Amino acid sequence: MTAKPSADGIRDADGIPDEPAADIATDPFDADAADGTDAPRLPRLGPIGWLRWTWRQLTSMRSALFLLLMLAVAALPGSTFPQRSIDPTRTTQWITDHPTAGPILDKLGFFEVYASPWFAAIYLLLFISLVGCVLPRAAQHWRALRTPPPRPPKNPERLASAHVETVDATAGEVLEQWRARLRKAHYRVVSHEDGTLSAEKGYLKETGNIVFHLALIGVIVGVGIGHLWGWKGDVILPVGKTFANTLSRYDTFSPGPNVDPSRLAPYTLTLTKLDAQFNEDVAAGNQLGMPRDFTASVDFAPTAGGAVQHETIKVNHPLETGDGTVFLLGNGYAPKITVRDAAGHVLYSDATPFLAQDNNYKSVGAVKVAGAAPKQLGFAGLFLPTGKVTAHGPVSMFPQPLDPRLALTVFEGELFPRGAPQSVYALDTTAMTQVQAEDGKDALRLWLAVGETYQLPGGRGSITFDGVERWAGLSIRTDPGKSLTLGSALLALAGLIAVLVVRRRRVFVRVAEAAPGPDGEPRTLVRVGALAKDDDEGMAQELATLADRPEDPR
Amino acid sequence: MSDLTLAQLSMWSLYSAMAVLALALLGYTAYLAGLVPARSAARESARESAVAEDRELVGAGVGSGVAAGGVGMPSAPDAVASDGMPSASVGIPGAIGAVGGKAGAGDSAPSGRAIDIGVPVRARKAAGIGWSLTLLGTVLLTVAVLLRALEVHRAPLGNMFEFAISGSMVAMLAYVAWSFRRDLRWLGVFVVAPVLGTLMLAISVWYVDAAELMPSLKSYWLVIHVSIAVISTALFGIGAALSVLYLWQDRVETAGTRSFMNRLPGARQLEHLSYTVHIMAFPLWTFTVIVGAIWARQAWGSYWNWDPKEVWSFVIWVAYAAYLHARVTSGWRRQNATLIALAGFACLIINYTVVNFFFVGQHSYSGLGR
Ligand code: HEM
Repeated sequence: MTAKPSADGIRDADGIPDEPAADIATDPFDADAADGTDAPRLPRLGPIGWLRWTWRQLTSMRSALFLLLMLAVAALPGSTFPQRSIDPTRTTQWITDHPTAGPILDKLGFFEVYASPWFAAIYLLLFISLVGCVLPRAAQHWRALRTPPPRPPKNPERLASAHVETVDATAGEVLEQWRARLRKAHYRVVSHEDGTLSAEKGYLKETGNIVFHLALIGVIVGVGIGHLWGWKGDVILPVGKTFANTLSRYDTFSPGPNVDPSRLAPYTLTLTKLDAQFNEDVAAGNQLGMPRDFTASVDFAPTAGGAVQHETIKVNHPLETGDGTVFLLGNGYAPKITVRDAAGHVLYSDATPFLAQDNNYKSVGAVKVAGAAPKQLGFAGLFLPTGKVTAHGPVSMFPQPLDPRLALTVFEGELFPRGAPQSVYALDTTAMTQVQAEDGKDALRLWLAVGETYQLPGGRGSITFDGVERWAGLSIRTDPGKSLTLGSALLALAGLIAVLVVRRRRVFVRVAEAAPGPDGEPRTLVRVGALAKDDDEGMAQELATLADRPEDPR
Repeated sequence: MSDLTLAQLSMWSLYSAMAVLALALLGYTAYLAGLVPARSAARESARESAVAEDRELVGAGVGSGVAAGGVGMPSAPDAVASDGMPSASVGIPGAIGAVGGKAGAGDSAPSGRAIDIGVPVRARKAAGIGWSLTLLGTVLLTVAVLLRALEVHRAPLGNMFEFAISGSMVAMLAYVAWSFRRDLRWLGVFVVAPVLGTLMLAISVWYVDAAELMPSLKSYWLVIHVSIAVISTALFGIGAALSVLYLWQDRVETAGTRSFMNRLPGARQLEHLSYTVHIMAFPLWTFTVIVGAIWARQAWGSYWNWDPKEVWSFVIWVAYAAYLHARVTSGWRRQNATLIALAGFACLIINYTVVNFFFVGQHSYSGLGR
């Protein structure tokens, strides 16, 4: 044999490919053996034939690969374009900003990529392909598990790794020795004919492969269950208020198609305290004022009027209620505002949540006084926990309420002109006019500190800034599919590790009597060949160990 | 010790690590460069002795990779340098590429012995210096990371700067550990250079002062999620370096040109090494994504929100799955499969850089830009 490197460098001089010998190549050892139908072949096909052909194409490795690559590419637009399900405001803004491209992309589903038909088409095809591919393989593997290793080739020493030696022992003894060694190395050993052994191990690799792929289906099913039977709702709850788990109490509620929102568990939550901590270290540079910790203390009553449990909810520590998990996802300020009419009757008095706009909790909000007469009154503007007026307008200097201020403008007219739903944090001013300052030169601008009352001009009454509360943004969610998803994902991981760690190996042994030694003692020629699936650097090493030649083959 | 001195010590350690690694890089470069002139001579003598060896082996009737691997090597002056064709050692009778590869480059610690026959003394010395400095640099880098951890009283995995230095540390530790198992002096340049580049970016662009974490980042899931992410990223990085080397070597071999690349293992073996690294990194990345989902549920209430960071993590996972698939799909060339792996790595880089800075999402924790 000469060392003649060939183009791919993997065939040796005899022309034995490093692929399995012929008798092995036909069995499912080789992943692509089952895939050999890919070759272009155009026989005449009836409708059934075409169906079969399509099915084969769909379940081929090549289509799987193509669909995987498609999936990767198709997922990308979801990170570059705003997504309606995540940030509807930004999505609408984007479409408004791009009058030509916006509506077209919207039609094409670029703002709801993960709910778009084309994205669904890709992953559904992929999973059909997966089932079609993996189930037959699973059946094949099931058979392989119960089929003994194949007969040995005529010349096992021609396999990728080989060991040939002549030993001082009878053929029977040598064979037994090898059988014992192979067994010890966890091989499954059979002898198809006298003087030979066939051994195989590493079935776990294929098992892992099948488990991995089937578990991916479990992940998808779990996600699907979550979409169909899961729901989520958000509620903004000022300190001191109680939330009862009924549909009408949610600010937003998005149920899956199979959810009956009238059957929510009747628990109540009272927010007793919200503790917010921020970095107060003035030397901390841009970290000054960064959030440190948020803790909501709640009284949780599993049934209305039932025994109350004192619980805390933190950012990484949600509350399990039995019907939905309560997460603390946001917080902010709810200034207590009271509006009175000219006679001093209270028209409005409430802790009114304002939404934070920046890290220092400059917050926007609105007060809608529907009971004001003759015209309804609306106040809109800013709440600033540490307020200051600068050249750029009112700003907040720090997230804690060191010097809380309200900066408001006033409108009068019709608050709900079209009866359409509107944000509680903004006024719809289409049917309102702005109230002017008394000198008539400019719009009226209020700047209130805690405890201050402002008498509105023209006998419109007064507004008082009574104090500041915090609110907690609670999100309550259920996902009945999550355990299935998590379990399947972990199973997939375990399968994957088995695929990548376990080696599928075969060893073939042939012994034959050799010329007896000088004193007539029996001698035996052993020819051992070993074969591993894929590149397996360890095979030669393992064979050396098996051959009781612990010296490194390197 | 006060936090300020810890911070100073950490930075000094980091700067010295970078200086030492820069010198190590010089050593490794000199090693590769110094090998080129020796190459053709070594190649001739390798040809002759290889042929002689073969006759002997055939005569003995031992066509075994096991035996040949052991016997064949000493007389072949330098298996790898001996021939520009796919790792000359592959040609050893009966041995599959992997076995031959071990014969060529598998042996021993970085101070390699048998394989150094035919390697000029100067090159060998340069590599020795490169290796010693690599060890020193790795120690200094590790110290820098540990000091940073002491300074911030938590795992140093809270912002871009910390990812970069921790990731660089993992890459260096992986390289060093692997070097104890096989001769990887040829790989030194291609690991140390990217690591140095990363560290330079870390100190110049990504540096932020030590700080406590935002509330959503305060969780033991952070430590698990991010540390596994950093480890798998470092491994993917080494895998990507090997992939590039494979594609390069593949072209050199096809064209038959002479270059220092002839000193490196053959294309087939490089491909195999790259695959080996990738299959370690891929389950780790899978784990990263799973833990990320668990943590996302704890922190944000829903395990998957398609936030940009999640999108990209998913894309990376799918890309590397596609790479593993492509490798076993008939009709797909290894070169193209490798390109998919490199595309996956490109996504990984984008995920750590562009996505952290320019995309709006819940993962905005680079610590910069406020
Ligand atoms: C969700 C999509 C899929 C993912 C993420 C995925 C991922 C993987 C991974 C990571 C491997 C391990 C590769 C290795 O052994 O190194 C693998 C192997 C395999 N996959 Fe998939 N796969 C998917 C779909 C499919 C489909 C649709 C098919 C069938 C057409 C398929 C057939 C196979 C086969 C036959 C192997 C074994 C290759 C071998 O023998 O090593 N996979 N897959």
